[in-house]
Amino acid sequence: MKLQINVRNVVVALVALGLLLLPLYSAATGNIFILTLFTRIVIFALAAASLNLIMGYGGMMSFGHAAYLGIGGYAVGILAFEGIGSGFIQWPVALAASALYALVIGALSLRTRGVYFIMITLAFAQMAYYVASGLSRYGGDDGLTIYRRSTFGGLIDLSNRVQFYYLCLFCLFGGVYLIWRIVNSRFGMVVQGIRSNEQRMQAIGYHANRYRLVCFVISGTICGLAGALLANNTDFVSPAGMYWTRSGELMVMVVFGGMGSLFGPVIGTILFLLLEELLSQFTEYWALVMGPLLLLIVLFARGGIMGLLGRVGRG
Amino acid sequence: MLVLIEQSLNGLQFGLLLFLLAAGLTLVFGIMDFVNLAHGSLYMMGAYFAATFVAWTGSFLLGVVLALGATLLLGIALEFVALRHLYGRDHLDQVLATFGLILFFNDAVRLIWGPAGLVLPLPAWLTVPVQIMPGVFYPAYRLSIIVVALAVAAMLYVVVMRTRVGMLIRAGASNREMIGALGINIKLLFTLVFGLGAALAGLAGLMQAPILTVQIGMGENILILAFVIIVIGGIGSIRGAFLAAIFVGMIDTLGRAFLPDLLRMVLSSAAASTAAPALSSMLIYLLMAIVLVLRPEGLFPAARR
Amino acid sequence: MKTAFWLAGATVLALAQPALAGDTIKIGFVSTFSGPTAVIGNDMRNSFELALDHIGRKMGGKPVEVIYEDDGQKPDVGKQKTEKLIQSDKVDFIVGYIWSNVLLASLKTAVDSKTFLISANAGPSQLAGELCSPYVFSTSWQNDQTPQAVGTYMNQKGVKSVFLIGPNYAAGKDMLAGVKSTFKGEVMGEEYTVWPSQLDFSAELTKAKNSKAESIFVFYPGAAGVQFLNQYAQAGLKQQIPLYTAFTIDELSLPLQKENALGVPGAQQWVNDLPFPENKKFVEDYRKKYPGLRPTFYGAQSYDAAQLINSAVVAVKGDTSKKDEMKAEMQKANFKSVRGPFKYGNNHIPIQNFYLQDVVKDADGQLSLKTMATIVKDDQDRYASKCPMKK
Repeated sequence: MKLQINVRNVVVALVALGLLLLPLYSAATGNIFILTLFTRIVIFALAAASLNLIMGYGGMMSFGHAAYLGIGGYAVGILAFEGIGSGFIQWPVALAASALYALVIGALSLRTRGVYFIMITLAFAQMAYYVASGLSRYGGDDGLTIYRRSTFGGLIDLSNRVQFYYLCLFCLFGGVYLIWRIVNSRFGMVVQGIRSNEQRMQAIGYHANRYRLVCFVISGTICGLAGALLANNTDFVSPAGMYWTRSGELMVMVVFGGMGSLFGPVIGTILFLLLEELLSQFTEYWALVMGPLLLLIVLFARGGIMGLLGRVGRG
Repeated sequence: MLVLIEQSLNGLQFGLLLFLLAAGLTLVFGIMDFVNLAHGSLYMMGAYFAATFVAWTGSFLLGVVLALGATLLLGIALEFVALRHLYGRDHLDQVLATFGLILFFNDAVRLIWGPAGLVLPLPAWLTVPVQIMPGVFYPAYRLSIIVVALAVAAMLYVVVMRTRVGMLIRAGASNREMIGALGINIKLLFTLVFGLGAALAGLAGLMQAPILTVQIGMGENILILAFVIIVIGGIGSIRGAFLAAIFVGMIDTLGRAFLPDLLRMVLSSAAASTAAPALSSMLIYLLMAIVLVLRPEGLFPAARR
Repeated sequence: MKTAFWLAGATVLALAQPALAGDTIKIGFVSTFSGPTAVIGNDMRNSFELALDHIGRKMGGKPVEVIYEDDGQKPDVGKQKTEKLIQSDKVDFIVGYIWSNVLLASLKTAVDSKTFLISANAGPSQLAGELCSPYVFSTSWQNDQTPQAVGTYMNQKGVKSVFLIGPNYAAGKDMLAGVKSTFKGEVMGEEYTVWPSQLDFSAELTKAKNSKAESIFVFYPGAAGVQFLNQYAQAGLKQQIPLYTAFTIDELSLPLQKENALGVPGAQQWVNDLPFPENKKFVEDYRKKYPGLRPTFYGAQSYDAAQLINSAVVAVKGDTSKKDEMKAEMQKANFKSVRGPFKYGNNHIPIQNFYLQDVVKDADGQLSLKTMATIVKDDQDRYASKCPMKK
C-alpha cells in the first residue's frame, strides 16, 4: 500500500492524532467527561470495525453483532461475580466464548445468503438476548454490576481513566491494523474474491464457506474484545445491550462511515455518537434532524462519509 | 379440548394480524427488491390517522376509510420524494435510509400528537363477545380481524394472479428493464405498488389499534416479526407470507399456552417455571433459525428466473 | 465534510463548557424524555419544576440549577448521563430514575463519587438490601411493597384464589413474588409474558379463564397496561373475573384505558386526593401550571425528592460540602411529604402507608383515581435486614 496524500488520508491521520492527544486536552481543561465519552466511542468504533470486516470485505451482513458485545461483557461480568478478577483469565475467556459462539452460529447461518443471512444472525442474537435475560443468578434482565474492573497484576490499572482510554485506543488501533493485514493477505483476497464472485472462487477450488466462516469467527472475536472493554467501561453488563436495536446501530455506524473502507467505521462511529450527543443537547427532538440526515447521506453520499471524502479529494 | 380450540383461534387471529403487516412488506420487498424498514412507521401512521379521524368524524368506519386513504397518500408521497431514488441500490443503503425515516417519524409523531399515545375506541357492536360454539365465546372484534385479513388475502391473490395490473407487477418483478422497454410506465407501477404496501401497513396498524396500542415506536417490535414471517415464507411470496404468518401466530400462542405445562412434565416445577418464559420468548426466533438452516430460502422461495 | 468537522468541533466545545463554579445548588435529573415512556419523564420533570417554584427556586439561600438528561430507557445511556452529570457538571445531587436496570447501572458511579442519589421511582430489591448506601435515598418504595399491599387487600376482601400475570423481567417477577408473599388464598396459576415485545395476551387470558381462579392479578406498567385492560374487557372477563392491579392504572394510562379501568382496584403509596394540605397544593397547582394534565405518583415522588433535597440543603445553610450533616438530615425525612408523614428505614427506603385506590367518575364526569381505604400502615420493605447500614 502506497501512502498517498489526499483528503481522506489527511482526515484519517488528523482523527488518529486527535484521539491520541485527547487525554492531554482533557487534562488541560479539566474536562473528565470528554474522556469518558470518547472511551465509549473508541470501544464502539472497535465493534464497528469488526463488523466491517465481514460486512464490507466478506459481504456477510450480520444483524446480530450486539450478541458478541454481550458475550464478551458477560464473560467478564460473570467471572468477576464468581470472584475471578484477573484479566488474564477474564479476557481470554471472553474472546474464546465469542469465537465459539461465532463458530457455531456461523456454521449454521452461512448456509443462507442475503436477507436470509441478515435474519438468521438476528434470530441467534435474539436467542442470546433471551438467554441472558433468563440468567437470574447474574441479575436477569436487571443486568450485572461489576464491582472491580479486570486486574492485570499491576501491569495496567483499568480504573485509571487515562490508562483505560489508552488501552481501548490500543485495542482499536490494533484491531484496525489486524483487519488491514487480514484484508491484504492471501486469505483476505480469497474472502473478497468470494464476495464478488462465489462461483468462480469455488471453481478455482476454494471452499467458499470455510473461508467465510473463518472470517466470521475473527470478526466475532474482535467484537467480543470490544464487549470485554465495554463491560469494564460501564462497570455493568445487561441484556439490554444485546437487543437487536444495538446490532442495528452498529450496522448504521458502519454504513454511515463507509462500508468496506478501513477507517470508515471508525469515523462513522465517532460522528454518529458525537452527533447524537450534540443534537440531544440542543433539542429533545434530535431524531427529527438525525433521521433525514441519514437519508441524505444515503441519497447523496454513496459509500458513506469515506466515499464523500474520496470524492472531495478528487475535486 | 375446548381450550385447544380457543387457543388455536387466538393463534390464528394473531397470525392473520401479522399477515396484514407482512403482506405489504413482502410485496414491496419481493417486487421492487426494496427493504423498507419504514413499513413499521407507516403501520404506526395508519393507527394514528385512524385514531385522529375517528375522533374527528365520530364514525368508526368513516374514520378508518379516511385513515387508509391518508396512509396510501403518505406512502406515495414518501416513494415519490425519497425512496424511488433508492431502487436498485444496495440493501444496506436502503436499510440505513429507512432507519433514518423511522427516527424521523417517531419524533414527528411525538411533536404532533405528543408522547402519550392515543386510543381508538370501538363501536359498541364490536365490543361484545360472540358465542361461536356451545361454551366458546370469542371477542367480536377479534373475529372481525380474522374476516378482514382473509378478505385481504383473497383480494391480493385475485389482484396479483388474475388481473392485468397483477400481471404487470409480476412481470416487473422478474424483469424490470424488459417491461420498461415494452412501453409500460414502470415508475408509475412501482409507485402504485408502494402505495398499496403502505395502505396495507396502515390497515394492519389501525386494525390492531383497538386491542393493542397506538403509541410511538409501536411499529418496531412488530416489524421484526413481520420480517421473520416473510423470511420464513420466502421473500416475495404472498402465499408464503400468509402460511408463515399463521404458522408463527400459532406457534407463538400455543407455545405460550402449553409449553409451561409440557415442561413441567419433564422438569421440576421450579426449573420449568424459569425455563418456560425464556423458551417461549425465543420460540419464534428458534423457529426461524430452524427453518432457515433446513431451507435457506424460506419455505416457499418465490420462483424467479 | 466541513460541516462534519464543524459539528465535531462544536460538540467538543459544547462538552467542554466548564462547570459553572459558584454559588448554585446543582441538581442532575436523569429520566426518560424520549420514546413512548417519555410521558413519565415529562410528569416527573413537571412535578420537580413545580416543587422548585414552591420552594422559590432557592435552597439554603442559593439559586438552584437543574440539568435534565434523557436516559432513553437504556441502562448504558443512563450510566453515561450519570457520569456526565457528576464528572462534567459536578452536580451536588442526582435525582430521577424510572427503571430499575438504569438505576442499577448508574448506582456505582454515584456512590463511588459520593454524590447523593435520590431514586424518585425505581426500587429494586438490591437497592433496599445488599446495595444500600449512605449516599442513596428513595422517595418511592421497594418494588415488592405495592403488590404486597394488594395481596393484603385481597385477603381483607376474602378472595380465595388468584391467577397471576406479569411481564417476564425483574420487576415483573418482584411484583408477582410480592403478591404471593402476602396473599393467603390459592395461586391457581402464574404466567410470565415476553417483555417488552409481547402484543397479544389472549393466550394468557384464556388460561386464566380456564383456571377457574376467582380473581386475576396483573402488573403491566405503561402502554402494556392499556393493552391488557383492552383485551381483558373485550374478552368479556370484566363481568366474570375481577382484576387486581399494581402499577397498571395511573393518571397517564387512564385517559387511554377509559371505562375499561372503572372499578379496577390497585394499591399505591400516594393518590391524588390524599387529604394533606401539601398534597392539595401540589395537585391544584400542577393542574393550574400544566393545563390538561394530572400529576401521577411518579410526579409526587419527584416533588418529594425536591423537598427532601431542600431539607438537607437548608440544614447545612447551602454548604453542600457537609455531606454527613446532609445525610443525617435526610434520614429524618424532615419535610412535608405529599403522601403524608413517613420515616426512613435503615436502608433509606420509606416506611409508609399504602392505600387502596379505585377508578371512579369525578365531579366533572372525568375518570379519576380515588382513595378508598388504607390497606397497611407504616409498611417496611422485606429486604431492610439485608442492608448492613445501621440506623
